[in-house]
Amino acid sequence: MTGDKDRAIGFDTDSPILVMDRLCKNYELGTVELKVLRDIELTINEGDYVAIMGPSGSGKSTLLNMIGCLDRPTSGDYWLGGQNVALLDDDQLSMIRGARIGFIFQSFNLINQLNVVENIEVPMYYQGYSESESAERAIELATMVGLEERLDHRPSELSGGQQQRVAIARALANDPLIILADEPTGNLDSESGAEILKILVDLHKRGKTLIVVTHDEGIAENAGRVVEIFDGRIKRQS
Amino acid sequence: MFLFRFKRTAKLGIKSLWMHKLRSSLTALGIIFGVSSVIAMLAIGEGASRAAQEQIARLGSRNIIVKTVPPPEDKDVGSQQETMRVYGLTYLDAERFRNSLPNVEVVVPSRRIPQQAWYRNRKVAVEIIGTVPWYPEISPVRVISGRFLGSIDMHHKQGVCVIDENVVKELFVLDEPLDQDVKILGDYYRVVGVVSAAQAASTADAIENGAVKGKSQGGANVGNIYIPLTTVKNRFGEISLQFGTGGRSVEKVELQEVIVKVGSIDQVLPTRDTLETILDRFHKKSDYQVVVPLELLKQAKQTQRIFSIVLGSIAAISLLVGGIGIMNIMLATVSERTREIGIRRALGAKKRDIIIQFLSETLMLTFLGGILGIGLGSLIPFLVTHFGRMPTVITGISLVLAFGISGAVGIIFGIYPAYRAANMDPIESLRHE
Repeated sequence: MTGDKDRAIGFDTDSPILVMDRLCKNYELGTVELKVLRDIELTINEGDYVAIMGPSGSGKSTLLNMIGCLDRPTSGDYWLGGQNVALLDDDQLSMIRGARIGFIFQSFNLINQLNVVENIEVPMYYQGYSESESAERAIELATMVGLEERLDHRPSELSGGQQQRVAIARALANDPLIILADEPTGNLDSESGAEILKILVDLHKRGKTLIVVTHDEGIAENAGRVVEIFDGRIKRQS
Repeated sequence: MFLFRFKRTAKLGIKSLWMHKLRSSLTALGIIFGVSSVIAMLAIGEGASRAAQEQIARLGSRNIIVKTVPPPEDKDVGSQQETMRVYGLTYLDAERFRNSLPNVEVVVPSRRIPQQAWYRNRKVAVEIIGTVPWYPEISPVRVISGRFLGSIDMHHKQGVCVIDENVVKELFVLDEPLDQDVKILGDYYRVVGVVSAAQAASTADAIENGAVKGKSQGGANVGNIYIPLTTVKNRFGEISLQFGTGGRSVEKVELQEVIVKVGSIDQVLPTRDTLETILDRFHKKSDYQVVVPLELLKQAKQTQRIFSIVLGSIAAISLLVGGIGIMNIMLATVSERTREIGIRRALGAKKRDIIIQFLSETLMLTFLGGILGIGLGSLIPFLVTHFGRMPTVITGISLVLAFGISGAVGIIFGIYPAYRAANMDPIESLRHE
């Protein structure tokens, strides 16, 4: 499914989707240097379903930001789709985020003044889709996550589960290499959470690569691989 | 690509402005008032300027007006004893101007005598202008019916007169004035022509009075009666009795005014200089005054420039205040929408995209304000003219200027908030509550 992606930049299908090589991230807090990520070695292949787990403060979120190209490593390399992210400038990072990564957040992060269709259209807007093209695709995606009845509703008029489904549709908009979810069920009741989980599993079955940061043992069970982080290092991975 | 982007960005901008209708309209108000005050101030300034220039132009921009004024040092002497004061311009002066000044087209000497004119049992106060047949060349009066004074009238010192339409209105209520006789100081003068009122006379005098102090009579006269200069000299003489505060005085003045018209505007000032040299040589007392309408015009323009700058600055300050208001609101909007910025950044927006988004909102606001401001600004001069009876002129340039300035204000005051928005750290922004 990712193979027909014409917007991909220098993507080589033979290599793994994601490779992190001795990746470190330090933050400077005044005079103290905080080593948040140390020598991360991680390889993720197309179609993987990976759960990243770890206690709070372990560097999970930083790793997630790193994978999501929201931040650059202090040292080491990060290859995403055959491209070394560590070398890219801010504009190129924006491009990569828009084209190759689909974000799903714990708190949904929809734009309140936009309706369902418009929210799904946002990533496509920055990739230069035409208005009619993006609207058509947004409606298609909304229908896929079961929101065909709510196309012009605002986020405030939707339940949490529905909002997260909008976010999933939005994450799929540019047909990304990786879908990156941060505690996708964290703000949901168990029933909605289960629904969201089911959608994620479906996506995996259709060949999508999923990386989920979670505390939820249920998700970890579903995932094919579990990566455990502790104190900025990968403690264990399957 | 860019255009379609622009359209969608504009749509997005309008949408978020519409979400906060009250805030947007209050913010735009600053620009509305700024722009409208620029337009209104410039229109009022321009109107005043044009009116002044028109009045001065009626005096004739190629004319040099030389007037007789009482010499200052004579005043005390005249009030103490009854000697005759002889001063002012003379026929010889007029002759000298004609003969020695280069580039002179015409020289028009004239007497001006306040008098009363009678027709049957009606009486009006008029100003007698004893002048020459070519007087219309230096004056805006036009012949309405009959003719102006002729050289034969001059030569034979005929008892004829030309009256202006104001005099006609007062003196000849029902009768046709031509060929009627008007009585002035016991003599009869046949009306040979009617001319347009030297509308300028009142307004131009007003300007002269403002610009140059000292005008003989504060005339409550209704209009002018033109009589051949020779006839006036013959019948009225040159000696007049003046009743001043100190008693009586006897004065002898040959001419009240000589107007010299030169061939082109460039020659006005050099000719004025030569003319003053001539007068300076033959007049020991400063009993004359030279008025150059062209110079008045230049002065008026100068004054006007300062006036416009002051008005413009006030308006510009109000625009500035409006701009600061916009910046303030946009900064608040940016911090209120930090989360949205983070989301957009995560979903692929470049810094540039964020800048464009916020800048276009500011621009939309200022353009909207600009358009409404132009509407309001065009209405104000209209009301000023209607109720304040002041001339106003809205020039195309002022509209373009005001609109351009409002756009510039939008860019200048929009850039900083947009730049701040774009440079937010996406991770921090996403965490923002």
